[in-house]
Amino acid sequence: MLELIPPAIFMIVAALLIGPARGHLRSAIVLAAPLITLWFVWQVPNGIAYDLPFLDYRIQPLEGSEVRRLFATIFALMAFVGGLYSFRQARAYELAAGYAYAAGAIGVSFAGDLVSLFVYWEFMALFSTVVVWCGGTPEARRAGIRYAIMHLLGGVILMVGIEGVAVDTGSIDIRPMLNNSVGTWMMLIGILINAAAPPVSAWLADAYPTSSPTGSVFLSAFTTKTAILTLILLYPGEPVLVGIGLFMVMYGIIYALLENDIRRILAYSIVNQVGFMVCAVGIGTQMALNGAAAHAFAHIIYKALLFMSAGVVIYRTGFNRCTDVGGLFRTMPLTAICGIVGALAISGFPLTSGFTTKTMISQAAADESLVTVYMLLAAASAGVFLHAGIKFPWFVFFQRDSGLRPKDAPWNMAAAMVIFSVLCVLIGVAPELLYRFLPYPVEYDAYTPGKVLFYLQLLMFSGLAFFLLLPLMKRTETISLDFDWLWRVALFRVASGTFAVAAAVGGAVTAAAGSVLARLRVVATRYLGTSGDDTRPGVLARTWPIGVTALWIALLLTAYVVIYYF
Amino acid sequence: MNESHHDDHWLARPATIKLLWRVFAAVLVLLVLAQAVIYVKGYFGVDGWFGFAAAYGFLSCLAMVLFAKALGYVLKRDEDYYDDGNSDA
Repeated sequence: MLELIPPAIFMIVAALLIGPARGHLRSAIVLAAPLITLWFVWQVPNGIAYDLPFLDYRIQPLEGSEVRRLFATIFALMAFVGGLYSFRQARAYELAAGYAYAAGAIGVSFAGDLVSLFVYWEFMALFSTVVVWCGGTPEARRAGIRYAIMHLLGGVILMVGIEGVAVDTGSIDIRPMLNNSVGTWMMLIGILINAAAPPVSAWLADAYPTSSPTGSVFLSAFTTKTAILTLILLYPGEPVLVGIGLFMVMYGIIYALLENDIRRILAYSIVNQVGFMVCAVGIGTQMALNGAAAHAFAHIIYKALLFMSAGVVIYRTGFNRCTDVGGLFRTMPLTAICGIVGALAISGFPLTSGFTTKTMISQAAADESLVTVYMLLAAASAGVFLHAGIKFPWFVFFQRDSGLRPKDAPWNMAAAMVIFSVLCVLIGVAPELLYRFLPYPVEYDAYTPGKVLFYLQLLMFSGLAFFLLLPLMKRTETISLDFDWLWRVALFRVASGTFAVAAAVGGAVTAAAGSVLARLRVVATRYLGTSGDDTRPGVLARTWPIGVTALWIALLLTAYVVIYYF
Repeated sequence: MNESHHDDHWLARPATIKLLWRVFAAVLVLLVLAQAVIYVKGYFGVDGWFGFAAAYGFLSCLAMVLFAKALGYVLKRDEDYYDDGNSDA
């Protein structure tokens, strides 16, 4: 019986209770709910648990499989550590929104049909918007509105796609699709919008850095990774994903290199890392899908760790930008060490989780003889070390002495960072712990001496490049235009231009209509006017003597008779 | 802040930084030389060459930094660009 309870329920209940609860009770709910959820995640049986009638369809809100359970596990774990990180600092409504958002992600993980998937999908969109708004600044409010518009648009496209698929095939089951109809394309586009694929990648780096230091930890984990799970379930081996993934990988690196805002650097590197996973889903072999799932799992941990480390810095100093901080390692050693562990993991350094998962994706590319993909992924691995692996810790914790001497992390934030740091290293040292939960059997050894040497050379020499090229990477107090320029500026200009033209046309029409009306009024007054101080009534409004009228009638009748005869 | 330069944190002292650079250089040299002993499997030929990953890592980073720099001239704007009446915000 217990296995029939959707695990997402517990997170939703917790989200509802966080508001009214106070003090220790609230803390207990925040910390216990994700662990209870985690236990129930592991009770979900493989296959469809039950189905319910809905309109003409049978919906299956609960379906288990290895890969679904893996994603739900990391989402629940993320909610626990995120809750631990923020329960003493974040406001209650932010925690509640974060937990509802996590519930949506866990719901998507177990959705057995496209309708349930869509419902949880929108659930995530709504509550992640609230988390963005919890940033509390005017920028957060505006970025949240742009974020909501983007995700509601993505949701509409996804819905249209689902309806198309339902009409075409008569089925709303979640299973690998051949991407050969308008419906499947629309669904793919809807999912890719959540994965921050081009050309709308900019929503991520626009919204996440405006949230609160605790909110961005939640935001970093769920939306893009549920999109990856959905791609694994629906579009494994879809060739277009390889190109999209490679674009995302390079886009993330280049923009992160240009960026000055600490959390925006990390946001761009989410796009970069999700690009690795999208590319892996596109390759579509068992090794590649294992790699995508494992990398998503590892990525959530080290990315949240990086956002936590950045969050502590922002919480303690109030500064968001690299140009404002520096030299913080003196008084924040724990935050610095945890940040460095996260940075090494994202770079895929041997002995960290990034190495044991990302190299699976490269291996899959090599096995399929995709030379360009393999080479670009290798270059990207070097680039990740450059833009996140060294850049983030260097500019925040070392660089120059900013003179700031903030205190280190509060105990709960420190505990959360230590848990995830340990996991980063644990999955790096003992990858079998993760490999046994992957969807396909793993026959892969990350630690062959040749592979370790290859990646060490790659990474250490990109480190050399970083320090030699430092003068070229001097932080400037600037932002970089991104695709969001298209809708924040170009679309705005088109809209204001359209309004100006419409106003001009409207003004001209009103003026013309006014002069026509005035002229009509003059004519009407002349012929029909009945009164006027100095004028006689109009010609048709006068009282004529009977004799004149009789004469006119006689004349008209004569004219009629004459015309009739001819 | 009234710390003078020479009693700053040991990690920030010029002597330490010089030492770190030397260690770093030694590690780099050893990593390349190690390929004489450790076989690196090349999946496509070139990637098995001696020191390939080192050169490839360095050069691709160089290319990416230069590309980003060039792109920066086109794309970089003042931080309050979006607050200047250019957009809805």
